[in-house]
Amino acid sequence: MSEMPADGMPVISPRVTLWRIFAVFGLIGATSFGGGVVAYLRAQLVTATHWLDDGEFLELLEVSQTLPGLNATNMAVLVGDKLRGIPGAVAGLIGMMLPGSLFIAMLGAAYATYGGTHAVTAILGGVAAAAVGVMTAVTLQIGRKQLDRWSDLALVVATLAAVSGFHLSLLTVLGTLGPVAVLLHWPHKRPRPTGEAQP
Amino acid sequence: MNDLALLIRSFAILSLLAVGGGSAILPEMKHVVVEQFHWITADDFDDIYSLGQMAPGPNMLMVSLIGDKVAGVVGGIAVLIAFFLPASVLTLVSGRLWEHFKEAPAREALRRGLAPITIGLMLSGAVSIARTAIDGWETAVLAVAVLAILMWRSMNPLWLIGAAGLIGWLTLR
Repeated sequence: MSEMPADGMPVISPRVTLWRIFAVFGLIGATSFGGGVVAYLRAQLVTATHWLDDGEFLELLEVSQTLPGLNATNMAVLVGDKLRGIPGAVAGLIGMMLPGSLFIAMLGAAYATYGGTHAVTAILGGVAAAAVGVMTAVTLQIGRKQLDRWSDLALVVATLAAVSGFHLSLLTVLGTLGPVAVLLHWPHKRPRPTGEAQP
Repeated sequence: MNDLALLIRSFAILSLLAVGGGSAILPEMKHVVVEQFHWITADDFDDIYSLGQMAPGPNMLMVSLIGDKVAGVVGGIAVLIAFFLPASVLTLVSGRLWEHFKEAPAREALRRGLAPITIGLMLSGAVSIARTAIDGWETAVLAVAVLAILMWRSMNPLWLIGAAGLIGWLTLR
């Protein structure tokens, strides 16, 4: 049962070329300035190409966020794999990384030449301060959606204290707080449905 | 081990620890490259992170500049591969496994349990950059202003980052 959008094209074309996967992720990789790559991913993968519907997009995004690695590259790997297997994953990953890497290389070359001058130090100082604000805002916005229990908040504080306060290594933190967090969210046995009226 | 091998090993490990994305491993990365191996200074690290903010694509591509600084162009490319390949392979494999465990209760517990830890790690990432980046009242005001604007309305952070660079250029010289 395949849904047909208004223009009559099938939702997922049977065979997407590797070049197309590279090009679409290349476009995302080249235009997603300012972080927030999720919005750019959705615009291309759901709206423009119809490779995913919204539900599939959210599900893959969730997997990307749970697994180690960056969301953007994880999404490229998962979507590429879904479309064309391992070659598709490679095409998506390279497309996602290439434009930004070249851009960074150019910035780096400019920094090597002009870095250390007062002007560049001042500009980067402003950018770093703004980056702190951006990171905090993004974290709070995600936190507002994801945290719905006091125990979650306690875990946030414990993690922050362990890493920023006590300077414990990331491996130690993940190894100790990780299992606790997962256990706290382990599903309880659902009570058997009774005869009470459900709304 | 020479620097190149150490770089590759360090960034491959960081890559696999990046649960919840790049900001989560910033404190660990800063610790490894600044304090453990003294490859770059804390100020260099902030500068490189700031350069990364200005580029499109995944937000940790700037790791290549750390590699470049330590071991030249080869170092840059090696670090890029070391940082992105292991996690990508893991994602490929676990993405396929994940499909098989669609109904498993552990899957939801893992996802929901890791969420608060990820958020704690992201906050630590912000703290770790702030420790050197916020060095006076000017930078503190900038950071708070950006935070307030973004909490007030959603907009592309690039505009704020650009504006902050400009303000920095005008006021911090």
